[in-house]
Amino acid sequence: MAIRTLEQENRRLKWTMLAPALIFIGVMIVFPIIYTVYLSLTDAFGAVNADSSFIGLLNFSDALSDMRRFWPAVGRTVVFTIAAVALELTLGLALAMLLRRPFRGMRWVRTIMMVPLLATPVAVGVLWLLILDPTTGIANTLLGFVGIPPQPFLGSIAQSLPTLVLIDVWQWTPMMTLLLLAGLSTLPNEPDEAALVDGASPWQRFRHVTLPMLTTTIITALVLRSVDALKTFDLIYATKGPGGGSSHEAETLNIYAYGLTFDYQEYGLAAAVLVVFTVIIVLIVLALRRRSAKAS
Amino acid sequence: MTATLPNPTPVSAPSPGVQRHVRRRRTLNGLRIGGIALVSAVFAAPLIWMVLAAFKTNVQIGNPANAVVFTPTTQNFRNVFSEGVFLPAMLNSAIVGIVSTALSAIIAVPAAWAIGRFAMQRAGNWVLIARIIPAVSLLVPWYYLFARLELVGGYTVLVLSHMFVSVPLITWIMIGFFSSMPPELEEAGRVDGLSAFGAFRRISLPLAAPGTATACVLALVFSWNNFMFALILSDESTKTLPVALFNFMSYASVDWGGLMAASTLMSVPVILAAVFGQRYLVAGLTAGATKG
Repeated sequence: MAIRTLEQENRRLKWTMLAPALIFIGVMIVFPIIYTVYLSLTDAFGAVNADSSFIGLLNFSDALSDMRRFWPAVGRTVVFTIAAVALELTLGLALAMLLRRPFRGMRWVRTIMMVPLLATPVAVGVLWLLILDPTTGIANTLLGFVGIPPQPFLGSIAQSLPTLVLIDVWQWTPMMTLLLLAGLSTLPNEPDEAALVDGASPWQRFRHVTLPMLTTTIITALVLRSVDALKTFDLIYATKGPGGGSSHEAETLNIYAYGLTFDYQEYGLAAAVLVVFTVIIVLIVLALRRRSAKAS
Repeated sequence: MTATLPNPTPVSAPSPGVQRHVRRRRTLNGLRIGGIALVSAVFAAPLIWMVLAAFKTNVQIGNPANAVVFTPTTQNFRNVFSEGVFLPAMLNSAIVGIVSTALSAIIAVPAAWAIGRFAMQRAGNWVLIARIIPAVSLLVPWYYLFARLELVGGYTVLVLSHMFVSVPLITWIMIGFFSSMPPELEEAGRVDGLSAFGAFRRISLPLAAPGTATACVLALVFSWNNFMFALILSDESTKTLPVALFNFMSYASVDWGGLMAASTLMSVPVILAAVFGQRYLVAGLTAGATKG
């Protein structure tokens, strides 16, 4: 009898406790998403108080047939994400194996690795602009020591995106390493020891013992990093400015949608681009989650 | 203690195989320590460069001869403060960060308790939505709606927009804390006459205090770093530090010293968070590293 009343009271309380958060999510996230979908079906443009009318899927066909800005932006988003996340995973895995066993000064190394990923992206962007400055930057001075001629880096159309990938790798590889270290610390030691006794080489033990056990962690890390890399905004905007540079050489979907909205006030078209963008991200997350479910 | 260990002196010299093994071990260990030092240097060097440049004149910054050896000057920092933009922007960032984090904690901690304590997976997934969708796609309708309500440029929209990041972040971190707590603790309190809410407030909440602190520090850092929301939703008088830094760069691109001094000042809270919260922040970040 007493237990049932406890449970009833708990049930009432849990919804009371959830209510503020659910109301917040409803007002600030769910309603705006619905509103974005609505906007994507209208010709909203210019002043926010201007009249707009329903135009069906016209914005979507406009966006999807745009070979000048939309598709190149999709391409850059995909290339940036795949390149950055692949490099971060490879380096992160190597670093996690390097830092796996405890050593003196572990705490300090971890602290140093925390700083890039907590640092303000705009400040990081400004800092790298200084380091990579084509004429006065220290990067070209250092390259000069090993006989490499000065590079334009962010100053050129061809090198902008690869350079942004490298900055992203500097900032977010620690994140991969920390995630993978957390995963490694939960693995049992016995399989590795058994392989060692069987005479397996370090590489064989990594490839056939550690790596398979780490799959779930790796996929989780991939989802986290991919979702963030797809949405990179601050770094690109801070270093290349609106439109991803004067020739849009670093314009990703995020930068493109942002520019459409706040530089051109093309609310309807921007909303359509964002709906497409969101669908792409959700599909990627679902696909990776399915892989993860299969692996575990 | 050493006296109790078995005598390691071998009867004969170690075999060549063992010697080779020991030598290889030693080389590997040396390589490992060298690798760790190199990695730390790669991650730390750009930040050290930033701090060094903050104490240089613009002439020294461009001169490789002054890379490490130079006479430090505090002029850049004095300029930053006398410029009249950074101090108000820092204050704005602090106000928006503290208010949005406090409000988020008030909303998110009880929600996390409900989700974690009663394993409400579906409610948890709703919270996760915010982690996945691009922030721009919310910024568009926010701007559209808040502009009509004539709220753009005020603190209210800035706080609300920053809560978009911190509510899911705090909830997601705290779910783990509450779900790992044995329900018997609360039940014991109930038997002793506490109400359901009383048991949460007097038993679970104090136990979750370290987690709440971690989550709030992370939320503060993300709010402090946020650029996109304030870029659109703030005005001259409410703009936050990242926006001030960005504007500063646009019209004073040659003043690297000033930019680096401002970036250094901006990084101080973040570095403090990393130094003091290192152990807990890893867990927090893995639970829900969130950016726009």
